[in-house]
Amino acid sequence: MQVVVCVKQIPDPASPSKLDPDTHLMVRPNDQVLDDTDRYGVEMGLQVAAATEGTLTLLSMGPAGSLQGIRQALAMGADKAVVIDDEALKGADALTTARVLAAAAQREGFDLLIAGTESTDGYSGVVPQQIAELLDVPALTYANHVEVEGSTVRIHRQTDRGYDLVEASTPALVSVTAGVVEPRYPTFKGIMDAKKKPIDQLAAADLDAEIDVDQQVVEVSPAPERQAGEKIEDGGDAHLRIVELLERAKVI
Amino acid sequence: MALSAVWAFVEESEGAPGTLGLELLTKAAQLADRAEAIYLGTGSDDAFAALGAHGAKKVFHLDAGEVLPSAPVAAAIAELIEQHRPDLILFGQSYTDRDVAGRLSARLGSSVVSNAVDVSHGDDGLTVTNEIFGGTQLVSTRFTGDAPYLVVVRPKSFPAQPTDESTPEVVTVDLPQADPSAGRIVESHAEEREGPQLEDAAVVVTGGRGLGSAEAYQLIEDLAKALGAASGATRAIVDSGWVPYAKQVGQTGKTVKPDVYIAAGVSGAMQHLVGMKDSKIIVAINKDPEAPIFGVADLGVVGDVHKVVPKLIEALGQR
Ligand SMILES: Cc1cc2nc3c(=O)[nH]c(=O)nc-3n(C[C@H](O)[C@H](O)[C@H](O)COP(=O)(O)OP(=O)(O)OC[C@H]3O[C@@H](n4cnc5c(N)ncnc54)[C@H](O)[C@@H]3O)c2cc1C
Ligand SMILES: Nc1ncnc2c1ncn2[C@@H]1O[C@H](COP(=O)(O)O)[C@@H](O)[C@H]1O
Repeated sequence: MQVVVCVKQIPDPASPSKLDPDTHLMVRPNDQVLDDTDRYGVEMGLQVAAATEGTLTLLSMGPAGSLQGIRQALAMGADKAVVIDDEALKGADALTTARVLAAAAQREGFDLLIAGTESTDGYSGVVPQQIAELLDVPALTYANHVEVEGSTVRIHRQTDRGYDLVEASTPALVSVTAGVVEPRYPTFKGIMDAKKKPIDQLAAADLDAEIDVDQQVVEVSPAPERQAGEKIEDGGDAHLRIVELLERAKVI
Repeated sequence: MALSAVWAFVEESEGAPGTLGLELLTKAAQLADRAEAIYLGTGSDDAFAALGAHGAKKVFHLDAGEVLPSAPVAAAIAELIEQHRPDLILFGQSYTDRDVAGRLSARLGSSVVSNAVDVSHGDDGLTVTNEIFGGTQLVSTRFTGDAPYLVVVRPKSFPAQPTDESTPEVVTVDLPQADPSAGRIVESHAEEREGPQLEDAAVVVTGGRGLGSAEAYQLIEDLAKALGAASGATRAIVDSGWVPYAKQVGQTGKTVKPDVYIAAGVSGAMQHLVGMKDSKIIVAINKDPEAPIFGVADLGVVGDVHKVVPKLIEALGQR
């Protein structure tokens, strides 16, 4: 099975993020890392590719930087990567992102397209569904369990009450939650091999995807702050202070 | 330019309109004279009456049955838009809503703004407000393209208020034939639910990785029981399989605004805070005095959950 996984490089969440006060865009340091959430999609993809003697291609849109995040995913075992980096895509909204990724997925060809349910820095949570619609394939979303049998994909789709068992035929898109599988850590050999794997770098024009952003950030302002209250050290009777507070709140 | 028609997408939940959908409908009725509901579910007179009571003048009723709803429902809504030209469609930040909003946006070629906490309309058009960085910053976004504008709104951003007693006009909308291979629901699994539900409990007790083990979550259950509270969890322990996903509080889980929220062994990550920071009173128990949760806590206890919580349960039991 030809598996394609959408992965995003994001600024290291460990380094504090900020918005540019003039452009309202996220200021991205060059040391981008693989979005931790996407490790689950990569692992899922590797398992499906291995079970079906298939291949795994990574798709990523955004500033390529040093490609550190892409190499992380290649080191886990992906075969190759396609990275779309274009100045014209700066400030792309979810739909533009989806258009670019859908065009790239079509160009590569796929049986199974995998994405995360939401990215750590953008968390629009609609890019996968948009891609599926653009490509006219089923979207099996919020999967916390995935099975592939022949051309049938079966998932557990999270619901408010539990989960639904949902299935569709390939080609299909699956969005996976963190926790769907346990991502592997790259081995030393994986890291060495990743250096030799092909990374195809494309511009937006190579894909014929429409770039048209219909939304604009007009203001960023601080939210009303919640004041922290009292902080006490538990010396053995802190629970009494909690009881007191519960009484005052009239919930006991 | 005033808004003429605003639609709210309302999903059925256990035979009745879901609360999130009613929140959206209430808001729609405040934004426009013509508030209309797109109702996805089996439908009933009671359900339609509830939609009318929350401001719907008209209900477009869609029933997807066993078919995976997102694609056919988005296609049907696209047709309705052609006929009725609404200015704005509100969706909820929940599973099916997000699926439909995403597909619809791609179908129409219209931008969508998700994670909204407010929508307002003034002389310069429609403004959507989002919270970022754990709710410490507000971002205002304006649409620059053509209507309808699509907005996905976080739960509990608006109260659901019945105002009107009118019976709405109900229009049954047929869904386009969908091939089962394009997605079908084979079966549904519902977890046992007992006690108060997270979304409407007056007190919520949440446990995090600081509990140390899946077994220790029993402490949270016991405390919740002693308080008549609902029990919640962080994503860290849901992903670890300690508790079912339905207990998750936060950005990708439930949004709660109880009178009292007790967080035990929870660090207070941004994505957790957005789901609970609007609670009236927040109590945090964490052994790390630097834990970010203390930044929003009215009472922060620097201590060990395994010491504080059992004593708290005992003290409550003696009352
Ligand atoms: C896209 C995205 C969406 C997310 N959505 C959510 C979401 O909806 N909800 C959510 O919760 N998270 C969400 N997260 C994850 C979030 O970033 C954090 O990883 C998670 O909330 C941490 O859970 P925790 O507080 O249980 O664990 P940790 O961060 O590991 O914190 C454990 C805490 O327990 C304390 N502790 C340890 N031992 C003890 C003890 N004996 N007594 C007292 N305290 C102790 C520690 O000091 C620490 O502060 C999301 C992340 C991403 C990227
Ligand atoms: N720029 C991008 N490059 C590659 N994949 C992306 C990108 N943006 C979003 N995705 C995919 O879509 C998922 C959901 O992202 P989002 O809609 O931004 O929350 C992510 O987990 C990725 O799998």
